[in-house]
Amino acid sequence: MAPTIRKRPNGQTIPAPAKIPVSLTVNGVPREIVVAPWVTLLDALRERLGLTGTKKGCDHGQCGACTVLLDGRRINSCMTFAVMQDGAKVTTVEGLARDGALHPVQQAFIDHDAFQCGACTPGQICSAVGLIAEGRANSVEEIRELMSGNICRCGAYPNIVAAIRQAMERERP
Amino acid sequence: MVYIGTPTSRVDGPAKVTGAAKYAGDAAASGLAYGAVVTSAIPKGRIATIDTGAALRVAGVLDVLTHENRPRMARRAAAYKDDVGPEQGSPFRPLYDDTIMFSGQPIALVLAEEWEIARFAASLVRVEYEAEPFATDLRVERERAVAVDEPPKPRGNADKAYAAAAIRHEAEYFIPIEHHNPMELYASTALWEDGKLTIYDKTQGVLNVHNYLCSVFDMKPDKLRVLSPFMGGGFGSGLRPQYEAPLAVLAARALERSVRLVLTRQQMYALCYRPATIERLALGAAPGGTLDSVSHEAIAVTSQYEDYFRNDTGWSGLLYKSPNAKYVHRLARVDLPTPSDMRAPGATTGVYGLECAMDELAVALKIDPIALRLRCYSDRDQHDDIPYTSKQLRKCYRQGAAAFGWDRRNPKPRSMRDGSELVGWGMATGVWEALQMDTALRIVLTANGHAEVSCAFSDIGTGTYTIVAQVAADLLGLPLEAVTVRLGDSTLPQAPVEGGSWTAASVSHAIAKTADEIRKELWRLAKAMPNSPLGACRLEDIALADGRIIDKTDSGRGVAMTDAMRHGRRDRLEHETTNSFAEDDKHARNTHSAIFAEVKVDEELGVIRVTRVVNAVAAGRILNTKTARSQIMGGVVGGIGMALHEETLIDHTLGRMMNANIAEYHVPVNADVHDIEVIFVDEPDELVNPLGIKGVGEIGIVGTAAAIANAVYHATGKRVRDLPITLDKLLG
Ligand code: FES
Ligand code: FES
Repeated sequence: MAPTIRKRPNGQTIPAPAKIPVSLTVNGVPREIVVAPWVTLLDALRERLGLTGTKKGCDHGQCGACTVLLDGRRINSCMTFAVMQDGAKVTTVEGLARDGALHPVQQAFIDHDAFQCGACTPGQICSAVGLIAEGRANSVEEIRELMSGNICRCGAYPNIVAAIRQAMERERP
Repeated sequence: MVYIGTPTSRVDGPAKVTGAAKYAGDAAASGLAYGAVVTSAIPKGRIATIDTGAALRVAGVLDVLTHENRPRMARRAAAYKDDVGPEQGSPFRPLYDDTIMFSGQPIALVLAEEWEIARFAASLVRVEYEAEPFATDLRVERERAVAVDEPPKPRGNADKAYAAAAIRHEAEYFIPIEHHNPMELYASTALWEDGKLTIYDKTQGVLNVHNYLCSVFDMKPDKLRVLSPFMGGGFGSGLRPQYEAPLAVLAARALERSVRLVLTRQQMYALCYRPATIERLALGAAPGGTLDSVSHEAIAVTSQYEDYFRNDTGWSGLLYKSPNAKYVHRLARVDLPTPSDMRAPGATTGVYGLECAMDELAVALKIDPIALRLRCYSDRDQHDDIPYTSKQLRKCYRQGAAAFGWDRRNPKPRSMRDGSELVGWGMATGVWEALQMDTALRIVLTANGHAEVSCAFSDIGTGTYTIVAQVAADLLGLPLEAVTVRLGDSTLPQAPVEGGSWTAASVSHAIAKTADEIRKELWRLAKAMPNSPLGACRLEDIALADGRIIDKTDSGRGVAMTDAMRHGRRDRLEHETTNSFAEDDKHARNTHSAIFAEVKVDEELGVIRVTRVVNAVAAGRILNTKTARSQIMGGVVGGIGMALHEETLIDHTLGRMMNANIAEYHVPVNADVHDIEVIFVDEPDELVNPLGIKGVGEIGIVGTAAAIANAVYHATGKRVRDLPITLDKLLG
């Protein structure tokens, strides 16, 4: 069976926006991409750089599955365009382990069974790493509040809170 | 047993916390084309014209598929049936013809070099419709609802007994449409290789999708492979094949190229949902708190093209002793997609109505809600008058109440406070079935002492990889690390869809049967060794432990498995078997639970917080207390959402879902969830199956919303029967 691709109809081609070069440091590695301005940082990571650890749950800033660390701060990567982040340092879930050893937050998530399906997990973990760096969450209530941008439909919240507490305690002995 | 029953961390945990786990939309491939779906703006009618000209002129667009130009699909409606869809009716056929059956129906698929281009071009597709009158409102259509004949058989004369009862309670409880909203978007990545297709699909059943696609596209089974090694949540939405899979096949065939199709969150609302349901309960009781009569009627929505329903009503007469009982289930056909199973389908909604009604009856009888349930307690299945394989529900009440501190409850509504907040304590019972299915499974033991266990079941987040590794490690006598588990691949030994809480029991017994073949073969090899210490041992005395084949009666006597294999010149032992469970219609098989909830309600604002939940579960042998606890906890969180947050709103003038996103369809977030305690009561069961496994996937949600609703009544004195219990209903 031959492909059924149809001939482009008559009339002017509607151009896609021109592509722009962008330099990012992703997980410590300099990366160059050339993308149209309408490409989100999330889709740049997933579809252009092959870093599919960062998940898309809504594409609208509603779920937190796409959370990454941008210059150390947690953001929803679906809510920013890649071209806006030229020169930025991005850390994704793939970049947290060091020399084969899991990041303390990653280990704590395993220890406390802080996930089931795992679809929210990269975002939860990046968000937790960002939260700990912010140094704002001093109580369980504050952790819950400040992690509420990351939805877990499997309902692992109590375990997520326990994991973050474990990682926090290891961080400040 | 070293691993079974112990809290074991997920074996797929490292893959999930590092981003290495590959889900359907993650599969890597070179030269991928991307798809974007165009959906219908009206709920019913025909496509008069569909103009794809502008979309096709966008640079980078490869093609636009519609019902007018798509590659061939089966014509017969029966070709679109799947393993778990409704028996009655004719399944939806995506991109098949010009008929519109629901708003959000896929009507065109734009294919482009990049996803952003496809999405932009999709916005340029112009559609003219011939609209027809439609109906989407259950409260209107209930008048035309038709009875289905599945509910359990009635007993006695429920109407007469109700009319004569000393204490009567009758009310309607309402559950709106709810959406599963798994965090992962529905996606298919179809890899094209010389006419062969490998599809990474988001599904709870790779074989169901495989069979469906082979049937729809008239493909030879070996030309198609379906994989779902990881699934980012399903909750029932991925039991049936969803339309991303056939559309990805259409696209790959049209382009002869690999394609990635990811649906948007909005589009997922038109896949399937928990049906809006009215539960009407009528309970008649004697003053002492025994039931004379139970009537349960459910009226639920279904689509115009399929009759979807589950057992909502039968739980009422099953759970409690009552000489008279009757059940009616009616369906209101509306112009929406067909509903689907969602987290304990039928029970979640039916038991919500029942357990709220029992609470109201307890209030009317002026007795404690637990006392009422104990007075109506039944040690036998009330439908068939047969015993249970096990039923430790009494223990659930006792241990749950003790952990919760129920004896400190003042029964009077509005009697308990914490500062400006009213405090309410409520409880409910949960019940589900312990199902099990025939499952095939393969074990390959290699001479280096490593085992690979494979089966087509998927791990949808439930922990299947982990329990398979635990059970196999124990039964093969190997360390957990020496077991590799492969799941979610249509080329692996046959398994049903992952759902209904049947996976743990089914797969464990498949492992047991297959591991036994391995044991037999190792015994033969060990016996054949010169001067074998097991030379005189009978098969019954042989066990596998610590990498050795041992004599159970004298565990010092044995040989290493690797030695036996090497000596017999065997690099690998491979066995595949299919388990089958003995027919047993003399026993009922169920799991049970008792749920206790504390709510705090701001008296002035009506804001409700669920501050504590204790869920005591009786579900036979628990294979992994760590992951099972998470499953119950997840069910409780789902129950909190059902009680307080979740509701899909339909604009009945447009026939469209209005809040098709996860900002306006509220689900519980971290701040909504406080203390959840899970108790597994001891429930030994030698009758349900040899290993005593019942499964825990569904039981966690059943009854939870009722316990919360009952707590809200206790806090405020106001009974809100329509879910979700939002502050406007509480203050209004
Ligand atoms: S995908 Fe970015 S917040 Fe949901
Ligand atoms: S682990 Fe499944 S959504 Fe969080």
